Amino acid sequence: MRMNGKAGIAEPGPKPGIQDHSGQLALFMIAPAILYIAALIGFSFVMAILYSLSDVTTGDPTLRIVGLQNFSAILDNSVFRLALKNTFFFAFSSQILVIILSRIVATALMKEFRGKWLARFLIMLPWTAPISLGTIGWLWMLDSIFSPFDWILRYVGLLGSPGALLGPMQNLYWLGVPGLAMASVIMVHVWRLLPLATVIQLAGLSSIPRDLLEAAEVDGASPWRRTLEITIPLTLPIISIAFLFGLVFTFTDMTVVYVMTRGGPVHSTQVLSTWTFFKGIEGGDLAQGAAISLFLFPVLAGIAILMLRMVRKSEVV
Amino acid sequence: MARARKILGRGGLYTVIGGFALFGAFPFYWMVIATFKRDHDLFNPVANPFIFNEPPTLDHLRLLLFDTHFVTYILNTLWVGLAVVAITLAVAVPAAYSLARWAKGWGETLGIGIFLTYLVPPTILFIPLSRFASALGLQESLWSLILIYPTFTIPFCTWLLMGFFKTIPKDIEEQAMIDGLSRLGAMFWVVLPLGISGLLTVVVFAFTLSMHEFIYALTFISVSAKKTVSIGVPTELVRGDVFQWGPLMAGALIASIPVAVVYTFFLDRFIAGFTMGAVK
Repeated sequence: MRMNGKAGIAEPGPKPGIQDHSGQLALFMIAPAILYIAALIGFSFVMAILYSLSDVTTGDPTLRIVGLQNFSAILDNSVFRLALKNTFFFAFSSQILVIILSRIVATALMKEFRGKWLARFLIMLPWTAPISLGTIGWLWMLDSIFSPFDWILRYVGLLGSPGALLGPMQNLYWLGVPGLAMASVIMVHVWRLLPLATVIQLAGLSSIPRDLLEAAEVDGASPWRRTLEITIPLTLPIISIAFLFGLVFTFTDMTVVYVMTRGGPVHSTQVLSTWTFFKGIEGGDLAQGAAISLFLFPVLAGIAILMLRMVRKSEVV
Repeated sequence: MARARKILGRGGLYTVIGGFALFGAFPFYWMVIATFKRDHDLFNPVANPFIFNEPPTLDHLRLLLFDTHFVTYILNTLWVGLAVVAITLAVAVPAAYSLARWAKGWGETLGIGIFLTYLVPPTILFIPLSRFASALGLQESLWSLILIYPTFTIPFCTWLLMGFFKTIPKDIEEQAMIDGLSRLGAMFWVVLPLGISGLLTVVVFAFTLSMHEFIYALTFISVSAKKTVSIGVPTELVRGDVFQWGPLMAGALIASIPVAVVYTFFLDRFIAGFTMGAVK
């Protein structure tokens, strides 16, 4: 909180004898945190950039700078271009879905009803459980033979009989067909991030002054108009925060794709993070791996700038 | 008429809530079913998969607990989690206190700087860090995880604790200092006890964040007995190409539910920490 425009009120001066040495003490107390982060994050980030300009591999870890060679090799690779496209596609399509759905859930959770705590617990489960384990659950649900979705489709006659709408075969092979595999990955991202976005939206909805909505209702504004002209504009900043956080999480996530499809079938669900892992760690080409991962950075930096802007704006208001 | 609409509205509300609760919880229901189903029932494409067609069994649990390293994964996860919590508290508490109490211009900049470290994610760092860990001789060692997990718990917990400390009035510790305590003494004996709920929140988050972590663990650890639960279950319960679905689901379930229950109590604070600055 800033004290903008409150200069008129005289603050009581510091009590004597209390503020002494506090400058050094403050620095001393914060130094470990800064050192830890600078040593591990800062140093590794610089190393990632150096690696990307070198020809280092796990077999030959000496660092020889070779310029932009890695980047041109990567860009020539069609799998990389596909991974880049997929990364954007997964992140944006899942987050658009998440924002729409979380608004619906949050609106419902604003109401009072019996069993609300249980509903809330169940809705939040996907976010609280370790992501790799939740994804394993999905892997079994999307199994090529024993998927319960296929069973329901067969049961209602949409699948598995001659002339059925989805075809005569017994299974859809969710993770074995490119389009369905993409849809599955998006579904798991939505499942995973919906709780986070819901809670953020709940915070936004409950921050709207009640009397504002009541006044609008008295003035005869319809529920739709109230939503469009009061609720959405007032919660827009927080919706954007939820959206941007969700983007960061899906953009950088490797777990869902790694556990579900390993990027397959034929790279159709490959994303930058998994491609980094397969090239850099499993393939041992640390230099190319580092270069691939750095393609995430400009996007993340853009998101950071947007976020900071928004935080500043809401502080002024 | 109004009554009818109200009943309809209630019905709609329960449908929406019920639908989303089902979406969120169904994978866990699916784990429960698979955990206790006999193989013959589990791998039957014709019978109704949502119910037990044959009596339930404890075979999968028995296999998981006695024939796999699952218990070791749990112990490894606990050990890494607790060590990370300790490091995080030792580093983040003073940093947050310092930022909350003396933050003027530079403090705020630093706070934002800490926050921005979030934008250099593990996906960018894991390749150089894997070399770093092996240069220190820590490959295949849980110490590599203990050393590296604080890189994401410290920024987040510092940010969270800063908010908690700001809510504690300065007068209280100034009074304690007038009564003869030093600045650090006042922090330890006066501020920290008052901020106990904040500390507890940080303990829970540092622990769950390290339990959820996947990329670093996958990159640094390949020896089965050294794995944590988040990589051990998805990578080790597969023999060759055969997924042992029963034990696999049992493992996912056992590791998910306790942490989910604890986490739920702290979820609101977690979100408050996340959106601090955006929600006022």
